[in-house]
Amino acid sequence: MRRVVAGYPLVITALLLSLYGVAMVYSAGQTDVPTVAAHAWIAQLRWLAFGLVGAYIVSRGSVRFYEWVALPAYVISCIVLLFTWKFGGGAGDAASSHSWLVIGGHRLGQPTELAKVTTVLMLARELAARREAPRSLLELWRPAVVILIPWLLIMAQPDLGSAMVFIGIFFAMLYWSGVPFPLLVLLASPAVSLILAFSTSLWGAWFIALLLLVLWYKPYMLEGVGLVTANVIMGVLAPITWDRLSEYQKHRLLVFLDPTIDPRRSGWHVIQSQVAIGSGGWLGKGYLAGTQKRLAFLPEQHTDFIFAVVGEELGFIGVTLALALFFYLLLRAVRVASSANDAFSTLAAFGIASCWLVHIIVNVGMTLNLMPITGIPLPFFSYGGSFMVSCWIAVGILVRIASEGRGARIGDVAV
Amino acid sequence: MSYHPNEIARRARQATWILGGVFLVLVGAFFRTQVVQNRVYTLQSEENRLREVPLPAPRGIIYDRHNQVIAENVPGYSVSILSPSADSLRASLQRLSMIIQLSPEQIDLSVRRYRRAPNRPTVVLPDASFDVVSVLEERRIEFPGLIIQSAPKRYYPDGAAVASFVGYVGEITEAELSSSKYQGYKAGQVVGKGGLERQYEDRLRGREGVRFVEVDARGRVVREAGARQDLRPEAADPLYTNIDLDLQRSVATLFGDSLQGGAIAIDPQSGGVLALYSAPSYDPNRFIGGISSELWKQLNNDPRRPLFNKVTQGRYPPGSTWKLATATVALEQGLVALDDHMPIPCTGGYQFGNRYFHCWDKKGHGSVSLQRAIEVSCDVYFYQLGLKVGLSRLVAGGIALGARDRSGIDLPDEARPIFPTADVEDYYDRRYGKRNWSQAVVLNLAIGQGENDQTVANMGRFYTALATDGTAATPEIVRRRPERARIFQLSQEQLEHVRAALAGVVSRGTASSAQIQGVVLAGKTGTAQNAQDLLHNHAWFVGFAPARDPQIVVAVMLEFGGHGDRAARIASKIIARYLKAVPTQLINTDG
Repeated sequence: MRRVVAGYPLVITALLLSLYGVAMVYSAGQTDVPTVAAHAWIAQLRWLAFGLVGAYIVSRGSVRFYEWVALPAYVISCIVLLFTWKFGGGAGDAASSHSWLVIGGHRLGQPTELAKVTTVLMLARELAARREAPRSLLELWRPAVVILIPWLLIMAQPDLGSAMVFIGIFFAMLYWSGVPFPLLVLLASPAVSLILAFSTSLWGAWFIALLLLVLWYKPYMLEGVGLVTANVIMGVLAPITWDRLSEYQKHRLLVFLDPTIDPRRSGWHVIQSQVAIGSGGWLGKGYLAGTQKRLAFLPEQHTDFIFAVVGEELGFIGVTLALALFFYLLLRAVRVASSANDAFSTLAAFGIASCWLVHIIVNVGMTLNLMPITGIPLPFFSYGGSFMVSCWIAVGILVRIASEGRGARIGDVAV
Repeated sequence: MSYHPNEIARRARQATWILGGVFLVLVGAFFRTQVVQNRVYTLQSEENRLREVPLPAPRGIIYDRHNQVIAENVPGYSVSILSPSADSLRASLQRLSMIIQLSPEQIDLSVRRYRRAPNRPTVVLPDASFDVVSVLEERRIEFPGLIIQSAPKRYYPDGAAVASFVGYVGEITEAELSSSKYQGYKAGQVVGKGGLERQYEDRLRGREGVRFVEVDARGRVVREAGARQDLRPEAADPLYTNIDLDLQRSVATLFGDSLQGGAIAIDPQSGGVLALYSAPSYDPNRFIGGISSELWKQLNNDPRRPLFNKVTQGRYPPGSTWKLATATVALEQGLVALDDHMPIPCTGGYQFGNRYFHCWDKKGHGSVSLQRAIEVSCDVYFYQLGLKVGLSRLVAGGIALGARDRSGIDLPDEARPIFPTADVEDYYDRRYGKRNWSQAVVLNLAIGQGENDQTVANMGRFYTALATDGTAATPEIVRRRPERARIFQLSQEQLEHVRAALAGVVSRGTASSAQIQGVVLAGKTGTAQNAQDLLHNHAWFVGFAPARDPQIVVAVMLEFGGHGDRAARIASKIIARYLKAVPTQLINTDG
């Protein structure tokens, strides 16, 4: 038996976050009129236990095995996503969506969460296979396909938030694999055009900046022309795409820009979340004593808006503590990535870190109206089995990578 | 690709910086929301969860001069409802109407109340019966936001007997809410609507308290108490009046159901109003908790005008009771003495120019002195006296007596009497056109007809001066510092003679049917023609007793009541009751 110690700080941080999270899920269940969240904390503890077991098992496997298993796992994930899209069901607010895998009327879980891990592994395997950094976007077609398949299936559910996570993972991992920064900007440029097209002047400014970048970076002629054309097309397409978005998606985007346009319905979530957090002050209203939560002003208080409960009950101090733990967790993950022994390991570790970071930014930002409401969970905090388990499996992978990496002391490496 | 450790380390440093930046932004954003804007959001969070339930303050109790209760508060219940929206309120009320009586009008009214103050509980039943309350309490769980609370309810033990001066209370109207007089009032509050209740609203209202209840996001009441310290309501101090409740009751009984008119009894020394009654009256208790629209219509359409105060708002020609004003002005000017006779004796009428002016008694009174003329109310004597004084002096004297002024009684909406202005010539020119009138107007004015309409209260005030030393006391219902104003200058002796003449009216004149055993009653009858109904005169009596040392001044006016002695008999009973003496029903002369 060799002991695994290289990942200790990481595991302990993740465990602290999970326990902090369970405590907050428990509090979220303490409302004046009982809600579905009342007993969620027990289930959450069970999921945490599952996750810990899963993490332990995963940490005993070898990185080479994960590299090998990445392809079948990825393919299976995509098949399950396809299946979910076809036959899946919704839950809660998004009852009309298809993000849950349902078999025989039982909701088994959200395959999207697991697909995030398998896609990270698959992308790491794909990028690790290359020997030189790409100088052309065309060289990126294979990783692009790897990300595009699950992305399209998730967009079809539709799950805008997770789709954003996949984009984040893609760009972060490309960056880590050594793709030059200007190339990433060029890659992202059509999407940026799509967003900025709503303001002609903004789009114009962006377009000029893009032209300058193309002239300075000098990509391949054909590619440069293609990118500029793509930007123009996106600028034109944007209004058409807007029309094709479903009403609730449009509404969410509009309410993100100004929550007060609909204070009773769509804007309600954001306004009440801000009120909850803002009224917390330095020290909060006290654990279990948040009035916004207790009196049901706060929606989805045990899942998407769990961080608002932290803000309300434990105040700025509690929020800072949670954010500090997250910061440390991500630092450790980056450390694992930078001290990994091989390309697959370093990419996988960084992919996991970036996945968490996007989750944190989007979820926490949403509670303060810095991000649109997309309903993606906060790692280790939000109530939900699939995500809890997949986060802990990711921890297990990180621990394994760490223990095989340069940072691990001899004798510490797991057998 | 480039996975050289140096490359990786460089990117790891960049990634660390980016991470640091991201978390710094997040922490900064939370600092801004939680620390910088904490006050704003705390307020919003409190507004979210707390609803103010007003606790009505008991209105001040109104006492009579012997500390008997005129208006008090009895326990009552109000039913109100807290709602997040007008639609939800309407839905709740629809469901409520299935178990308690609730008309569509009441539902509409409640929704209107809601729109005015959505954050306050909307009053559904301002005065719920115990039965309704117990039904609701039983099924309370079905109605989140339902608030049943005890609310002090105004009660007038003597009901209709005191309505004329006490008024009534009711929910504040939208018009009142938007007026500056009711600044600081909130929708749903109860305010005085008439009489003392309105006149002394500021002193009677007390201070409303607040109870905080905690509601959840759907407006359901989650916690009834302890959410925040309640503010107790503060009861108003009692109001002490000069009213003699026993006397007031007997005045109401004397008027009964058939008589129509008004009476006021004043203590001439202090001006304290002992009784004030306008007949027919109404039961002010029926207004509490909202009057039914049928009763409101009925009261407003009643030709006998129960809501119209005939003592302070009604204006009537004073008739012969005004002869004392003519006499006083003449005596003050030194134009006549009480035993002076007029050149032309009364033969039942008086020829002035081409018009013949009748005396009320067609048999005539012969040649009489001023004293006797007062006793028998001889019109012919006063026609000549009026001519002797002259129009402008008569009007100026009348104005000095307060003929154009309100009595100043502490009741709202007192009417201003009608009387010519000091620029008499212009006044009549304006009224009838230049040279379209003659000096004959002075004949009418001298006997209390013509351009002269007085309130009962104002006539009472004038007689307080006759009963004392020429200073009139402002009638006061609520005890204050008495106010007196000299309105004429007569010597003590002259005044005693006038009072003797007034005593003669009762002992051997037009009001001999109003005598009281053992008490010398002094007063003057009046039988006033009124423009609306020439067949039915208004009957007046204004007087005081005992004649030598007046304790009480009474003015009684009966609308369409015929001859003044009918009013005199009522007045004498009022006075007898007050002085605890027995009126003697002697002969019923029609003099």
